[in-house]
Amino acid sequence: MVELEDVGYQIGKHWLVRNINVTIENGSLWGLVGPNGAGKSTLLRLISGELLPTTGEIRLLNKPLRSYAPKELARLRAYLQQKRDINFPFTSLEVALFGRHPHLNGTKETVKDLSIAKGALQRVEANMFEERLYPTLSGGEASRVDVARILTQVPDLYLLDEPTNHLDPRHQVQILNLCKTICSRGKTVITAIHDLNLASMYADQLLLLKDGMCVASGPPKTVLTLSQLSETYDISFDILSHPDGYPWVMPTLNGS
Amino acid sequence: MLKRTKILFILIGVLPVSMCIAAGVGAYQILPWRIPEILFFKKDGFAVLVHVRFPRVVLSAAVGAMLAISGATLQGIFRNPLADPGLIGVTAGAGLGATVWIVLIGGGALGIWGLPIAAFACGMLVTISVWKIAEGDGKVRTLTLLLAGIALNSFAGAGIGLMTFLADDEQLRSLTFWLLGGFGGATWHVVFVTLPIAVIGLLVLSRQAAALNAMSLGESEAYHLGVSTETLKRWSVFGVALTVSAAVSAAGGIGFVGLVVPHLLRLLGGADHRYVLPGSAVGGAILLVLADLFSRTVVVPAELPVGIVTALIGGPFFLWLLLRFKREVFL
Repeated sequence: MVELEDVGYQIGKHWLVRNINVTIENGSLWGLVGPNGAGKSTLLRLISGELLPTTGEIRLLNKPLRSYAPKELARLRAYLQQKRDINFPFTSLEVALFGRHPHLNGTKETVKDLSIAKGALQRVEANMFEERLYPTLSGGEASRVDVARILTQVPDLYLLDEPTNHLDPRHQVQILNLCKTICSRGKTVITAIHDLNLASMYADQLLLLKDGMCVASGPPKTVLTLSQLSETYDISFDILSHPDGYPWVMPTLNGS
Repeated sequence: MLKRTKILFILIGVLPVSMCIAAGVGAYQILPWRIPEILFFKKDGFAVLVHVRFPRVVLSAAVGAMLAISGATLQGIFRNPLADPGLIGVTAGAGLGATVWIVLIGGGALGIWGLPIAAFACGMLVTISVWKIAEGDGKVRTLTLLLAGIALNSFAGAGIGLMTFLADDEQLRSLTFWLLGGFGGATWHVVFVTLPIAVIGLLVLSRQAAALNAMSLGESEAYHLGVSTETLKRWSVFGVALTVSAAVSAAGGIGFVGLVVPHLLRLLGGADHRYVLPGSAVGGAILLVLADLFSRTVVVPAELPVGIVTALIGGPFFLWLLLRFKREVFL
């Protein structure tokens, strides 16, 4: 699906992302973990095509990313941003329908587009406020509508920047379960995520970043190790096992 | 969806009615329903209608449509419902061109065309400068565009102030009147120059509607939804500069239409730009036709500058809307 070859991104003299080499397979769920400012969002924006890498190359479906036109790209990948604000009185349903934009070519939405959007709102339990104005929604409700917008775009590659922010545990699990379902249908999900335990439970592969560089990558069991975590976050951790067998990470109080 | 179509149809129906009423009312009264008869049989009043009233009504409709759709477009580009067509320096630039022409060159040079050409050229020039200042690495930063617009606006404002300072009494009078706007100079010549620009501008701007919807999520979200944001900004700013320069050079500086009309449309039928842009064009046309009717009948035989009328009606009306729909309006 996506190949990154020696990818680096520089602003001024500062490297935000450097020497990243990863191959992301079809149908896998990748988690990007690491401290604030590690380059998770920058990496996602590079993979989305919004930023052009300073060094190296990114290939999507075996074609260089920069050879795609914006609209073509928008039919293949969707991006969920962290921050959002809309200053105009759009309803939730209208916001979800924005996801159809790359498929429309300036024509009006059809009944089919409408049913895709409504179905997406239902999948994130946002259909009960589809007629409410988006700016009046709470943070968590707005997040779900945004996820519905991404689903309405029906891409092959989902890039999610902290999709569980603002959500209660039930909806966090729901969004991640949704990611699992998406992957089981052969689509690919790359998500930045702060909660190491949710990452451990849900991701097939993790990429641990620090200062824009890759510390480790692979299945959660090989990435979430004591030495790699304390090296990355500069605090000490304990690792237990979740009842379902996943590594369960917790910071410890003494010593950093 | 159906509601919006209905609103658009009602507006499209109201426009010709208000134009006919405006064409009929004046020192020489003509009943609106007699207009076809008078035109067809060339009865009494034919000359008044064809040579005086019609160019004036058509021009005010065109200017209203251009100002309102420009306001709606810039609000979409800047994702801010308080944006106004003056924001990117067009209005002040055109105003500066006109005042420089009146004070330094003299109103008479190049005949009736000197002033509007100076205004149009200066409006376009200032907007292009704003654009060039905000451009870098092949991208235009929206925030820089806004700030450069504010900077050049105040610069042009200072220029206008300087011209007012230098002007003699007579120049001052024509300058003030021009800055407040009016359709006293409407002739078919002006209409024939302005109308094609209006048509091109409206076509260019209304084509951006779907992309502007995506833009309301933010610039990078719009990109992720497949919008070529640079192209969108370029066409929008070009369309706004073209239409507002034409509007100001035809009728002077008329405020409030570009701000208030898109708001009204959003309150009535929501924020979808595919409805707000055409709706604003028609609504702005109606508003200015009626405002001009008011301005030339309220203090007969004198004429009130139409900019005063739009601000006088528009201001309180806007406040009333805000108070009434407080909970649903997002500023």
